[in-house]
Amino acid sequence: MKREMNKKRILLNLILIAVAAAFLIYADQNMSFYSLRIINLCAVYAIMGLSMNLINGFTGMFSLGSAGFMAIGAYAVAIFTVPVAVRSEVFYLQPMWPVIANIHMGFFPAMILGGVLSAVAAFLIGFPVLRLKGDYLAIATLGFSEIIRIAFTNLQTVTNGPLGIKYIPSFDHIWWPVLTAIVVTVFMFLLIKSSYGRAFKAIREDEIAAEAMGIGLFKHSMLSFVISGFLAGMGGALMAGILGTIDPKQFLFTLTYNFLLIIVLGGMGSISGTLISSVIVTAGLEWLRIADEPLTLFGVNIPLFRPGFRMVVFSVLLMVIVLFFSKGLMGTKELSWELIGNWFERQKARFNKKGTPLKGGESK
Amino acid sequence: MTQTKKAAVPVLETQNILMRFGGVVAVNNLSIQVHQGEIVALIGPNGAGKTTAFNVITGVYTPTEGGVLLKGEPITGLLPNKITQKGVARTFQNIRLFKNLTVYENILIAKHLRFKADFMSATLQLPHARRMEKQMHADTEALINRLGLQSVKNEIASSLPYGQQRRLEIARALATEPELLLLDEPAAGMNPQETDELTEFIREIKDEYKLTIFMIEHHMDLVMEISDRIYVLDFGVLIAEGTPDQVQNNPKVIEAYLGVEEDA
Repeated sequence: MKREMNKKRILLNLILIAVAAAFLIYADQNMSFYSLRIINLCAVYAIMGLSMNLINGFTGMFSLGSAGFMAIGAYAVAIFTVPVAVRSEVFYLQPMWPVIANIHMGFFPAMILGGVLSAVAAFLIGFPVLRLKGDYLAIATLGFSEIIRIAFTNLQTVTNGPLGIKYIPSFDHIWWPVLTAIVVTVFMFLLIKSSYGRAFKAIREDEIAAEAMGIGLFKHSMLSFVISGFLAGMGGALMAGILGTIDPKQFLFTLTYNFLLIIVLGGMGSISGTLISSVIVTAGLEWLRIADEPLTLFGVNIPLFRPGFRMVVFSVLLMVIVLFFSKGLMGTKELSWELIGNWFERQKARFNKKGTPLKGGESK
Repeated sequence: MTQTKKAAVPVLETQNILMRFGGVVAVNNLSIQVHQGEIVALIGPNGAGKTTAFNVITGVYTPTEGGVLLKGEPITGLLPNKITQKGVARTFQNIRLFKNLTVYENILIAKHLRFKADFMSATLQLPHARRMEKQMHADTEALINRLGLQSVKNEIASSLPYGQQRRLEIARALATEPELLLLDEPAAGMNPQETDELTEFIREIKDEYKLTIFMIEHHMDLVMEISDRIYVLDFGVLIAEGTPDQVQNNPKVIEAYLGVEEDA
C-alpha cells in the first residue's frame, strides 16, 4: 500500500517536472520579452520570499532588512559585470575607484560574490541586532537596510552614487533566474527537513524552551540570518541581471514590504506557499493592469478605471485573502499530492452530501 | 550506604547562591546538594524563590553571588543550552511545548543538541549526517514507545490533554539524555488520579534512565511519597532540610506554611 503510494507520487512528480520543463522551454523560445520579464521577476520574488521566510517564517524573527541585502547582491553584479571598456561612460562624473576599476567577472561568479558579501554583511550586522526581539529587531534591520542604501548613494566612486549603474549585461533568457530559484527551493526544502530546520522551528515556537533543549539561540538565529542574507544577495544579483540598470532608489525599504506581503500571503513557514504567492503577486499585479485603463462596458464609461486603480483592486484582493486565510494560503503546511488528494476527497464528499437529499426528494 | 554516597561528589551543588533583582533578594545564600540517584524536592510557599533557584541552576539567570557546580565542575553563568548539553534537562512550571509541532517533532528537536554535523552536510544529506539523522529518528521512536506516547505521536502538541502535555514535556527533557532532571511543579493542575500516575511515572523513568531528580512541587502527597530529601525555602532563605518526616515536623516549616498565631 505504502509502496503503491510512493510509486504514484514519483510518477506524479515526474509528470509535473516534465510539464514544467516543457512550459519553460516553450516560454523561453516563443514568449514575448514582456512575458519573459514577468517569469524572471516571479523567480526573483520567489527567491526573495524564501530568503525572508527563512528568518521570519521558520525562525520566527521579525527582520525587515531584505532590501539592503538585495542591494548588496545587485551592486556586486552591477560593479563587476559591466565591461571595463564602457565603465568610463557609466562613471562620467567621477572615475571608478582604481582598485576595482579593472576587475571584471562573468555573471555567475558575480552572483556568488554578491551572495557572499551579503552573507558577510548579515554576519556583521547580526552580532549586535540578533540580541533584539520582535519589533525591535524589525526596526534595527530596517535601519540597516536604509544605511546600506544611503551608503551606496554616497559611495560615488564605487556605486556611481544616485546616478546608478547602467550597461549591466542583462540576459535575454529565463535560465539564470529560473534555475537559481529551483536550486534555492530544493535547498530550502532540504534545510527545513534537516535537524537544523527543526531547530529553527523550535526557536520560532518557544525561544526559552528551545534554549532549554540545548539549542543555542545565537548560533542558530545567526545561521538562519546569514543564509537568508546569502539568498537575498543572490536575488538582488539576479534582479540587476534582469533589469540591466540599477540605482539606489530601487532599494528603498518599501521593496521589503513586497516580500513581506508575499510571505504573509503564502503563509509564514511554508515554502510552497511562498512560491505560489510570489507568482500571484508578481503576475497578478501585471494582469490587473486592465484596471489602469479606461473601461467602457455596454456603452457606459466606468469612471473608476483609471491609472492607479490597479493598486486599489490589488489591495482589496489582499484584504479579502487575509480575511479568509488568516494564516496565509498555506499556513505552515507544504503543498503535497496527499494534500491535493485530500482536498478533492473533501470536495467530493461535500458534493455528495449536498446531492443525496435532493435525489431522495426526486424519488418521491 | 548513605555514608559513601555523601562522600562522593554531588551531582548538583549550589554554593551560597544570592540572586538580586534591583532591591529584591529573590534567593538568599542558598546552598544545596543533590546526590547521584536521589529524588530531592524543593518546597516553599508562593514567591519563596523556588523557580528563581531553578533558573539560576539552568543558566537562565547568572547569580549575583555564589556558584553552581555540576559534578564538581562550575557551570555558573553558562548559557542554558550549554548546561543542557552537560546533562541537565528541565521542564517548566507553565508548560512550554513547541505547541504547533507534533509530539514526534517535539521529541526529535530535543535530539538536535547531540547532532554533530554542520548545516551544509545536514542539508545535503551527506553520509555521516544521514546516519546521525537516522539514529535520531530511531531514538525518538524508542522513547515514544517506552513512554506510552505512541498513540498520539502525530498529534499537534497543544491538542493533547493536560496530563499528557506534562508527560510529553518530561519525555522531551529525557530526549536530551540528561543525568539530572529538574521538574518545575510537574503535578501543577493535576487531579489526584493524574498525580498518582505521575508519581509512578517519575519513579519508573528515574530507574530506567538512571536519573537524579530535583523537583519543585506543591502537591504534598507527591512530595512526601517520592522524595528522599526535602529543602524548604521561604522568602528566598532555606529554613529547613531533611527527610520527609523531619521536614513535616519542623516547627519552622509549619510556621511558614500556616503562619504563627498572633498574640492577642
